[in-house]
Amino acid sequence: MSARALFAEDMLLGRLVTGIGRSPKAVIAAVVCIILLFAAIVGPYLTPQNPYDLAVLDILDSKLPPGSQSMDGLNYWLGTDGQGRDMFSAMIYGLRTSLGVGVFSGIVALLVGTVLGLIAAYFGGRIDTLIMRVVDLMLGFPTILVALMLLALLGQGLWKVIFALILVQWATFARAVRSAALVEKNKDYVEAAVTLGIGTPRILLGHILPNCLPPLIVIGMLQVANAISAEATLSFLGIGLPITEPSLGLLIANGYQLLMSGEYWISVYPGVLLLVLVFSINIVGDRLREILNPRLGER
Amino acid sequence: MTPVLEVKNLSTHFMTRRGALKAVDDVSFTVGQREIVGLVGESGSGKSITGFSILGLVDPPGRVVNGQILFNGDDLLKMSPAAMRTIRGKRIAMIFQDPMMTLNPVLSVGTQMIETVQAHDRVSRAEARQRSRDALGLVGIPSPEERLDSYPHQFSGGMRQRVAIAIALLHRPDLIIADEPTTALDVTIQSQILFEIKRLAGEFGMALIWISHDLGVVAALADRIMVMYAGRIVEAGRVDGVLTEPRHPYTSGLLSAVPAAVPRGEPLRPIPGFAPSPLSRPSGCAFRDRCARATDICATEPMLEIAAGREFRCFHPHLWSAA
Repeated sequence: MSARALFAEDMLLGRLVTGIGRSPKAVIAAVVCIILLFAAIVGPYLTPQNPYDLAVLDILDSKLPPGSQSMDGLNYWLGTDGQGRDMFSAMIYGLRTSLGVGVFSGIVALLVGTVLGLIAAYFGGRIDTLIMRVVDLMLGFPTILVALMLLALLGQGLWKVIFALILVQWATFARAVRSAALVEKNKDYVEAAVTLGIGTPRILLGHILPNCLPPLIVIGMLQVANAISAEATLSFLGIGLPITEPSLGLLIANGYQLLMSGEYWISVYPGVLLLVLVFSINIVGDRLREILNPRLGER
Repeated sequence: MTPVLEVKNLSTHFMTRRGALKAVDDVSFTVGQREIVGLVGESGSGKSITGFSILGLVDPPGRVVNGQILFNGDDLLKMSPAAMRTIRGKRIAMIFQDPMMTLNPVLSVGTQMIETVQAHDRVSRAEARQRSRDALGLVGIPSPEERLDSYPHQFSGGMRQRVAIAIALLHRPDLIIADEPTTALDVTIQSQILFEIKRLAGEFGMALIWISHDLGVVAALADRIMVMYAGRIVEAGRVDGVLTEPRHPYTSGLLSAVPAAVPRGEPLRPIPGFAPSPLSRPSGCAFRDRCARATDICATEPMLEIAAGREFRCFHPHLWSAA
């Protein structure tokens, strides 16, 4: 497929791009998302110091208010935390972790949920019942509760948090894919593909799945935002990521005790960044839903 | 010459809560090589289900309960699902009524064609693309190379059906089952498509089962015609014979309801009543409630009569001086 065809007005991607372009709110949110994503990717080249290199930290620089200068002439525009870390640098590193965990767990959950949802819809019967009852079970518990219990059992660690987030998210995808695939599998093009002798895996992945993409894209966006806030919550509660892999949630937790003593910046700035990140992703996700759901119409 | 397809005593029933629904009931027919057979009947007469039964694609609760379907001598009903998949699309292809529905809306035509080629033949993508392009050219689609990258909604209705025909032709099957492929098209496009199909079937020596409720279409196209009513074939024979001198009252009833077949100024005569529900089919001849010629004997099952290349199931057939 050529790039031109991919971006054409009547193609999915073209529709999404032009649809976002029509809403100023969504354009701003999308630009913020792209900037934050970019900042997360090139983070280490962007920050004035590596906040986790203990050699460059100086405890005498700790808890400096925003705009102060360090002993060696570095400007702390957003202040420093209790260990003398530059808040701006720490936040960029935290953003890396938060976005990385959110996006990665979202994508894996999407893959797992999609495959299970497709299988449930296409084969029906007992397989469907089995998969969907597990989905009901997963969705019946609050996300945070399941993740909390799981991490209490597993202990801390980056991959354990990711595993917990995948486990609480896949069911949402499975349910969405199943309902979309149930509609698609009864359409004539599936029957036609069967009469052409095309194999079942190919029909599932090559024919039914592409037609289920619109709801998947929307849910994918919203779930990434959910995963980021869920991870922040877990880290804030102190059972998420270890102190060596600080995320935005952990930074907020670090400054939490100092909030009342006037050192607001240690907690508030990471909090604002988290808010902006989750909010922007949600706005873009909402806009995508408006574009892709024919019943909502153009607004 | 052995026939391409020999269907013997095929019965396909749908198991419903209110009993077995006999969609296809003891149907037998043969399709010779290069022969075009029209299968006509009203909605619900079982003609489409007959087509799906041949391909082994009757979905539950439907099931082929009896019969043999010999394709080049092999019984399709005894084949494994894997073996059946190598027949579908390769040796027997199907064309559907609505090409908008049967082409996947999100895949380009080229993708769908290449995939069909590669489903049966181990060839490179480039070669599959070459074959797809040739097939599109064959069915009269202009600039096929560019059209391979188009999506179904970028084609008109007639062009879309040409694409569907091109896909069916990719493997030069021995038999094509066409399920009302021109019903969704307007009349001028319909006649073009009919002409193309007839030409291509002749060119590649393919046999064709043309399922339709349009007698005019079948008259223009088919060598032989089979008339289905309530799951059974009530009359079969050469097209010219059946349409000019129908033996079964149902066939003659259909003919006197066709505008073009009735002399100008004379009213069309609809067949009174409705087709019986397949769940509560009357015993004996299913048509007797609507038939002017019915007598008491029609409550018993009429046997298949074969006379002068014509088959029919009726106790009181129309008699023609020539017959």
